[in-house]
Formats: sequence, C-alpha cells, structure tokens
Amino acid sequence: MALIDLANPTRFLRLVDRVLPWLAAATLIVFAFGLFQAMHAPDDYQQGATVKIMFLHVPAAWLGMMGWTLMSAAALGTLVWRHPLADVAGKAAAPLGAAFTFICLVTGSLWGRPTWGTYWVWDARLTSMLVLLLLYLGVIALYWTAEDPNRGSRAAAVLTLVGALNLPIIKFSVDWWNTLHQPASILRMGGSAIDNSILIPLLTMAVAFTLLFFTLHLAAMRNEILRRRVRTMQMMQAQALAEAAT
Amino acid sequence: MTAFTALLARDMRIAIRVGGGALMGALFFLIVVTMMPFAVGPDLNLLARIGPAILWLGALLASLLALDRLFATDHEDGSLDLLMMGRMPLELAIAGKGLAHWLTTGLPLVVISPVLGLMLNVELKALGAVALTLAAGTPALTFIGLIGAALSVALRRGGLLLAVLVLPLTIPVLIFGVAAANAAILGGAAFGPPFTILCALSLASLVIGPFAAAAALRFGLE
Amino acid sequence: MQLSAENLTCERGGRTVFSGLSFTVAGGEALTITGRNGAGKSSLLRMLAGLVRVADGRLVLSGGEAEATIAEQAHYLGHQDALKSSLSVRENLAFWTAYLGGAAEAVPAALEAVGLAPLASLPAAYLSAGQRRRLSIARLVAVRRPIWLLDEPTSALDVQSQDRLAGLMQTHLAGGGIIVAATHGPIGLAAPRELRLGQ
Repeated sequence: MALIDLANPTRFLRLVDRVLPWLAAATLIVFAFGLFQAMHAPDDYQQGATVKIMFLHVPAAWLGMMGWTLMSAAALGTLVWRHPLADVAGKAAAPLGAAFTFICLVTGSLWGRPTWGTYWVWDARLTSMLVLLLLYLGVIALYWTAEDPNRGSRAAAVLTLVGALNLPIIKFSVDWWNTLHQPASILRMGGSAIDNSILIPLLTMAVAFTLLFFTLHLAAMRNEILRRRVRTMQMMQAQALAEAAT
Repeated sequence: MTAFTALLARDMRIAIRVGGGALMGALFFLIVVTMMPFAVGPDLNLLARIGPAILWLGALLASLLALDRLFATDHEDGSLDLLMMGRMPLELAIAGKGLAHWLTTGLPLVVISPVLGLMLNVELKALGAVALTLAAGTPALTFIGLIGAALSVALRRGGLLLAVLVLPLTIPVLIFGVAAANAAILGGAAFGPPFTILCALSLASLVIGPFAAAAALRFGLE
Repeated sequence: MQLSAENLTCERGGRTVFSGLSFTVAGGEALTITGRNGAGKSSLLRMLAGLVRVADGRLVLSGGEAEATIAEQAHYLGHQDALKSSLSVRENLAFWTAYLGGAAEAVPAALEAVGLAPLASLPAAYLSAGQRRRLSIARLVAVRRPIWLLDEPTSALDVQSQDRLAGLMQTHLAGGGIIVAATHGPIGLAAPRELRLGQ
C-alpha cells in the first residue's frame, strides 16, 4: 500500500483498527522478554543494581530524540508534500516524545541520586535532554493553543523544523558550556564498557519501547482524526441551524 | 450562583480552555529557571545559594505574563462595559478576576516550585518553605499586577508598559519573599519576621489592588 | 418611571461631541437617536450607560430603584457582543444572567425567545454574526432591567430576527420599560419619538 493510499483518513483508520491489536501484543511480548533479560543482567561493580535504571533511561533518551525526528519528517510532509495525515502524525508524536524525554530525565535523576548524591546535576547530557523537553513542550503548546487545527499544524511544523536545525547547535553549545565549568567530580553515566550481557537486554528494551511508541502513536493519530471529525460535524451543525428557518 | 462566583468560574474556565491554561505559566517558569544555569554556570553550590532568588524572579515574570490579557480581552469584546454595569461593585469584580488569575497562574507556580528547587540544588528541607513563601507572595504579585493591567487598558497601551509599571511595585514582595526563603534554608527563627511581612503585603494588596484598578478603569472611561 | 437628561454635554478626545442636549423618556416610551456617523449616537448611549463621563449637565432617573444607579438598571447592547468564543452559547448567557442579577431558570426561555435553543451546547466560536447578535439580545430577555440602551440593534440581523426583536421590544414597552435606541433606519417600533443629533 503506497503512502498516498494512507492519505485517506477513513482507510487509515481501518488500517489502524486492524494493525493496532497486533502491535500492542508484540509490545507486551517484547517488554516481557526485555524485563526478564534486564533482571538477569549482571550488576555493575561500582553502582550495584542501580545501573539497571539504564535499561529504562537509555531507550527513553533514544525515543525522545526519535520522536523529534519523526515530527520533523511529519513537518516536511505537512509543509512540502502537503500529505493530509502528516500534521496528524506530528501532533500525535509530540506528547509521546515529550513523555519519553521526561522519563529519561526522571530516571536519570533517580539514577544520579545514589551516584552523585543530588537529584540533579547540570551536566551536558541531562541538560540537553531538558532543553529538548522544553522544545517539545513549546510545540505542544503551539498545537493545543491554535484554534484552527490546520493553521496551528503549519505553525508547529515550522517550529519543529527550526527546532530540528537548532538541536545540534544547542547540543554543541551545552557541551561547550559544560566544559567551561569544571564539575566537582567526574560523572560517568555509561558505567563500565558495554558488553553483551548488558547490550542485549538494552537493545531488547529499546525495541520494546519503540513498539510501545508506535502503538501509542497510531492510537493517538486515530484519536486526533476522530477529534477533528467531531469538530467538523459541530461546525456543520451550526451552519445548518443558521440556514434553517427557526 | 452569585455574581462573584459566576465571574470567578467564567474566568477560570476560559483560562483553562484557552491558551494552554494553567500550564503555560508553569512552563514559562520552568524555562526561566532552566536558563539561569546557562547564564551563571552549573556550579551546584552557587545555584543552591541563589536558588530562592531564581525561583522568585521566575515566579514574578511568569505571573506578569498572563496579566497582560486580563482586562484587555474583556475590553476588546465589550465585556468590560457590561462588567461595569453589574450589581456587584467593580472592585469586587476585579478581585474576582484577580483570584481567578492567581488560581490558574500563581498556584501552579507554587506547585511546581519544589521540582524546580530540586533542579537548583535547593536543600530538600527548604523546598517546602520556599513553596510556602511563594504561596504567600504570589497573590501579592497578582493583585499588584491588576493595577498595571488596568492602567494599560485605560491608557490603551499594551506590552511592556504593564511590566514597567508593575515591577517596581513588587520590589518589597520580592525582597521579603527571598529573605524568608533564604532564612528557611539557613534554619532557625529568622524565617518568621520576613514571612509575616510578606503575608501582610499580600493581604494589603488584596485590598489596594482592586480599588486602584477600579479607579484606573473608571479613569480610563472617556 | 422617567429618564430625563438636562443640558448634557459630551467630550471625547478633546472635542465636544454634543452639548446642551435635553430630553425625557417616560416608562412605556421609546426614543430613537438618529444622525450621521460621528454625531455622537453611541457616545450618548454610553453616557446613559455610565460608561462615558458626563462633562456637563444632569441625568436623572425618577421612579426607579432608590439606591441603584442608572447603569445598574439598564441593559446596554453595544456594537460588540461580549461573548467568549471558548464558552458555549448556554455558558455565555448563563454567566451574564448570573452576573447581572438574573435567575438561572430564565436562561432556557431566553434562548428559546431568540431562537438559539438548538445551539445551546455549541461553542460560541461557531456562531455567525447574526447568531452572536441574537445571543446578546437574549441577555436582555433573561435579566429584567427597566431601561434598554440599544446601539444599532438590528445590524447583522436577518428579517426574521428583526421581527423577533421588534416583538421583544413591544413586550418590554408594554411592561412599562424604557427603550433608547441609536439607529440609522427603522427598527420595528411603532412611531417612536426621534432625537436627531448633529445639527
């Protein structure tokens, strides 16, 4: 099925209804697998069992960044190719990407507490993730405060692309800012070198998280399409009542 | 439903439905606090020392944001005319709008301030006290801000005029708010005096704000 | 009840819009204000509503409530509709009814009277200009106030709605109310007195 076939919302909804249960089942299975593997992975010689937060933290970080990439692709779809469902895809992806970025920050904070002694340090990676979260929240604010969904989507698409261009610059600046100020202690979040016993559970969890993302994303896109239909029907009702003799 | 509760409910409903509502002010607060370490550096000790000040300045600026539209939207769609023709005194109506503003903008700031304090390495035991000073002080920020909002509508000027008018008036609130928060961190009896003065300022503003704002709006009538 | 103006003068933006204006309107009577644009029709209505300062002269209401101002006993229907787009039709009317001292039970009947009852749950953003005007008029029906100050009330209304408004105005006058309306043309009142501005 070509991408253009998916442009028809009704056909898309039918596709989602068919695919979603399978996707959800696959998500659960891979999660079960990944959590089992994670529990049996060895502890870190320095950090003990807390290093296993990594199995949540790192995939969440990847998905936070993947979310913005997906939104950028959707933004191009909206602005350049005018694909009808592109703005729905972007709007649905934003809260998900933000949520995963937030999970990344919270797990990073909880991980840091026993390691650094504080809940938060302004190191380069965490700070970059925080700025990414702020960008997400900004785009979400733009989507939700626009009264007309179409205009709001175009504005949000522009902001998404500007953000995509800016993110490498921000990352570079934050890294540089961090080197200016020597931190009190050298912080390593990666732990020891990654070997297979850690890598395989990590990848499994990453796949599980990705499946979760897409499951939720498709469901969110369906919700948004239905929401827009409700709005259109309300407007048509108002129009009809205005024209009818009362 | 009395006129006061009707106005309060309406303003809160609009604030929540339009423009992201309560969360926008909190988001701005978060952004302002995030930008501070970029400016002063990530040294946790320094951040802990100026943490309460950063939180207070952030809350002040975030409060100011929503005030801009407080009377302007009503003025633009003709609601302000009708608000002045109600049975309720205009001062009370303005107080109602101020209360709605604090509940939808000020209170969320108080609620997320502990999380932001955490990011600024403010000590855990002091987080509650800092939130308490914000809870006591943000009403003052709102109600003093009412005066600026009314003046900028009366003078038909928007934007920065409100900030220019209001910020100097909020200096006492800022001073005693930060003093109380710092005292809470150091511990001991030094918290009491600045905190009570802060409360007094808030209570006074609850009265002065609406009266001054009503006078400004009436003065602005042609 | 009688509303009398003695020697009213209005100044806006430094210039005198009108001066030395005198008239009386008794209960059950309607007064239309006519004149070219800029003659001060809207300013006069706003002055009666208490929204514009009386530069000189007196406004007296006799026979009304002793402790209330004229503004508190008047409805003002200006050029704008005072509606919030994010609230529903019913919520908008319910708010003004509560704020202006009316009873909540009056809201459904008022919506019925202007023909907006089927649209009650719709967000006000979806209304046409005529429907918004009708919702403003519903406010006059929902809350009883003796004086109606109407600024070009038939603008944006179709013929059917204008007839409906005329009916509402007749009912108001029959009940002893006062209407002062600024208008460019006829608004459905039977031979009202006319006050011409700008001469």
